[in-house]
Amino acid sequence: MTYLYGFLFCGGCALAGQMIYDNTKLTPGHITSLFVVIGSLLECLNVYDFLIRICGIGATLPILSFGHSLTHASLSAAQNEGWIGILTGLFDKTASGISFAIFMAFWVAIFFKAHD
Amino acid sequence: MNQKELHEISSRHQVNDHKARKALIAFISAGMLAVSGQLLNDWLMIYFSKENAGILTILFFIFIAAILTGMGIYDKLAKYAGAGLFIPITGFSNALSSSALECKREGLIYGIGSNMFKLAGSVITYGIVSAIIFSLITYWVRML
Repeated sequence: MTYLYGFLFCGGCALAGQMIYDNTKLTPGHITSLFVVIGSLLECLNVYDFLIRICGIGATLPILSFGHSLTHASLSAAQNEGWIGILTGLFDKTASGISFAIFMAFWVAIFFKAHD
Repeated sequence: MNQKELHEISSRHQVNDHKARKALIAFISAGMLAVSGQLLNDWLMIYFSKENAGILTILFFIFIAAILTGMGIYDKLAKYAGAGLFIPITGFSNALSSSALECKREGLIYGIGSNMFKLAGSVITYGIVSAIIFSLITYWVRML
């Protein structure tokens, strides 16, 4: 069932993104930023952990999960260390994704030629 | 109803059909990404813990998206799949790699280093700002 729910959730996010893109003047930058904020909000409402439980990778793949993991990590650090945890734990879960994306982007820029 | 009106109506319907088709393609391509990610995740779970398998799956997608961007394939695919490829995390990786590649000729520091975040920076900025605000509110509410 995880496969079906994952397909539906990830597809549904892309569908919503495509509808916003086609029917408004927003650019992909606007839409991805909006989705990150929505993901962060969903985590605060305790919805996103439930989504990950039933959708698996389908819920961690959309950019929504970036907002989710930032908020989730800072909240769980805050529970252990008090309010300072909000800042110290912010990147606990997303660090791997961001670091690796930057690392890859650097080497891609070094080794490949720009296409027009 | 004259010819001109008829033409106008037909063109309006064509656009709608086009939009519906694009939305469907976005839905299916993002869904297929999720299914392939889940397959990879289930295979990785044999060798790694549940948490690490999830992280490695995401890293795999970031890796593939960066390489495809470098080869110039990702942009062609994205033109076809639209939101199906910029809503998943692959879009984040593509935004970083493509802007780094685009500004390569401006040099290592001001070209690649500074311009890498030209497109993807907004996601990081709004992610951090909203995460701090929302977690402060949630933390405060839970304290009560």
